Amino acid sequence: MEHEKQGFVSKYIFSFDHKMIGKQYFTLAMSMGFIGGILAVLIRLQLGFPSQPWPFLENLFPVGMASGIMTPEFYVSLFTMHGTIMVFFLLSLLPVSGFGNFLIPLQIGARDMAFPFLNMLSFWTVVPGAIIIIISFFVEGGAAASGWTAYPPLSAIRSAIPGSDLGQTLWLVGMIFFVASFTMGGLNFVVTILNLRTKGLRMMRMPLTTWAQFVVGILGLLSFPALAAGALLLTFDRSLGTSFFLPAGIFIGDTLMPHEGGTPLLWQHLFWFLGHPEVYIIMLPAMGFTSDILATFCRRPIFGYRSMVYAIWAIGTLSFLVWGHHMFVSGMSPFLGSLFVVTTLAIAIPSAVKAFNWLFTIARARIQFTSASLFGLGVVSLFVTGGLTGIFLGTNAVDIQLHDTYFVVGHFHFIMAGAGLFGAFGAVYYWYPKMFGRMLSERLGKIHFWITFVAYYAVFFPMHYLGVSGMMRRIYDPNVYEFLQPLQPVNLFITISAFVLFAGQLIFIYNYFVSMRRGVPATANPWNSAGLEWSAPAHPGHGNWEGEIPPAHRWPYDYSEPGKKRDFTPQWEA
Amino acid sequence: MSQTAIAQADWGGGASPFGVTWQKMMMWFFIVTDALLFAGLLVSYGVVRIATGDWPTQSEVFSLTYIATMTFVLITSSATMACGVKAAELGRAKTASKFVWLTILGGFIFLGMQAYEWTHFIQDGGGLLGNPWGSPTFSQFFFIITGFHGFHVLTGVTVLLVVAIRAAMGRYSPAGVENAGLYWHFVDLVWVFVFALFYLV
Repeated sequence: MEHEKQGFVSKYIFSFDHKMIGKQYFTLAMSMGFIGGILAVLIRLQLGFPSQPWPFLENLFPVGMASGIMTPEFYVSLFTMHGTIMVFFLLSLLPVSGFGNFLIPLQIGARDMAFPFLNMLSFWTVVPGAIIIIISFFVEGGAAASGWTAYPPLSAIRSAIPGSDLGQTLWLVGMIFFVASFTMGGLNFVVTILNLRTKGLRMMRMPLTTWAQFVVGILGLLSFPALAAGALLLTFDRSLGTSFFLPAGIFIGDTLMPHEGGTPLLWQHLFWFLGHPEVYIIMLPAMGFTSDILATFCRRPIFGYRSMVYAIWAIGTLSFLVWGHHMFVSGMSPFLGSLFVVTTLAIAIPSAVKAFNWLFTIARARIQFTSASLFGLGVVSLFVTGGLTGIFLGTNAVDIQLHDTYFVVGHFHFIMAGAGLFGAFGAVYYWYPKMFGRMLSERLGKIHFWITFVAYYAVFFPMHYLGVSGMMRRIYDPNVYEFLQPLQPVNLFITISAFVLFAGQLIFIYNYFVSMRRGVPATANPWNSAGLEWSAPAHPGHGNWEGEIPPAHRWPYDYSEPGKKRDFTPQWEA
Repeated sequence: MSQTAIAQADWGGGASPFGVTWQKMMMWFFIVTDALLFAGLLVSYGVVRIATGDWPTQSEVFSLTYIATMTFVLITSSATMACGVKAAELGRAKTASKFVWLTILGGFIFLGMQAYEWTHFIQDGGGLLGNPWGSPTFSQFFFIITGFHGFHVLTGVTVLLVVAIRAAMGRYSPAGVENAGLYWHFVDLVWVFVFALFYLV
């Protein structure tokens, strides 16, 4: 296939090639993740050493860390932006936009996405969003400070707290860019997967990664409009003085606000109607990666492929019926609450199907312990830990006790953040040879895994104890309460573990960028995988395959068939 | 070979699902997304209205005959659009173009009528921050829902203008007319919901 010569700009910046766009997303998401990680370190700094002066930080944040001591307003901005950046700009961008773009055409046998131009546009729509979010730290009043959930009235009244002013406006603008970009991406994913599959690739022959991306595309298209509607109303409330989310009788200081007629609960409903599917937008790709990785390195067909696909659909469908479980303490009718308990616990069933299918895939297999498979196993571990605590929180009687405590923080860092992140790491180690034509260092990869895995449990597991002991989420200094003072050693331990966790990620960043140039050159199929993407050359050019696109003769999980010489049969071989 | 053509050059997937092109399929998915955006706004309106209680009687604020006329204009434009799509499908470019222009005319009449309605509403004292009839959220939702819909009509008219101008330049495709038509029907359908839920109920 012939291509016109591409200049630097059309190749690396305004590229139409889905692989280059995927890599651009990687770079963006990793940069944002790095910033989000620094914010997390600062949060832990305050909780581990409450209100101690760190003079050198004054140079970086002259207002927030005046004379080196963190102000409460700055702390509130920190966790707000940590959540926003991590949830949307790392955990959504890396596995969904990054890997989705990179893998979907390769896995389904297409030259590119259905709409290459739209694809490029979606990337260059999210970039300004990311920049605006970062810039908001440096404006008057600092970044948004109403939590990543942006609950009114804190987010709707400009004079509520310093971060409610310009910072919150920029937060909204950044999110609108993100939603626009994600909608374009989702449209592209769904249409590409439905219409551009190669010969013989029936839906039920698709890799589970592609299945996950397909359902994620649909979830995004159905859930983000709710946030867009909410954001529109919130913008009106903030900028034009309407009161969609604001009831009468709100005082800011001694001033009675002129609003009347609205209800802050409305925002919570709109937000969580997006917010809960968003959790699965993050989780489902990680589940897909894990399935592909475990099958490859256990040299086993994935156990229960059909039930895996149905489980993805079941999780996706149920995710729209559970948003109320975030609002048990918002004054919900107990009867309605019970309904949400039932739907929430129903999600445990498809989730358990997935966990058990992974376990049956692993069971008695001769596992090849590569960095990728270690991270795949890590996902299973984190997913089970986080899933079990989810059952506590999904039951309203227990949730009323645990709501807004560190138990919740521990829970979602395991299931959504942790499993999502480990899945993405595994995927990077697994598909890196196809991305850059070189291998990542396995030695550094394994060091990275063990530091991350151990430190991750050390940081987030004790949070469950903190939560049950009553430590509130988002608290600036727990020591103001006498009953929380004995917990200070636990907080210190978590803080030190968090520093280790952050330092461990530097190994990954080093490995990722240095291996691009110095890594061992990869062959086209270094892991002896059966998936269609491995039929492309080691570092595929624009168009992915030289000559014709290979057809799919089978599913991508034919490993260790009895009576065959090779322990795998590639998808593209008859 | 252009970059978009690379993706289209060797599509080998056999019969595509649902037997539609991916452009058309994407328009359908986009419509679903957009419909949910309106659903979000209309549900918000329902929640706030129920929570507020003192909602004005719409027939005392608006002239429902006038709103019904607007609805009639918009639905008529949907009919002309359908004729345009059918003509394009049959290869009658001239007829198709004529119907598209008629649809555009319908869209502009609707927008003009809406502008008049807004003027009237504002002159009667309805503002973004309050109104003489009851809860301030009534006029707020009026502006945001009809405004957002009007913005969609404007977008639809713009799309149709592009189609019509391209047709006049001889660069016209039946598929393009159909996709624009799909969007236009969607915008009209949303108005039916707005009319029913905001003005009548």
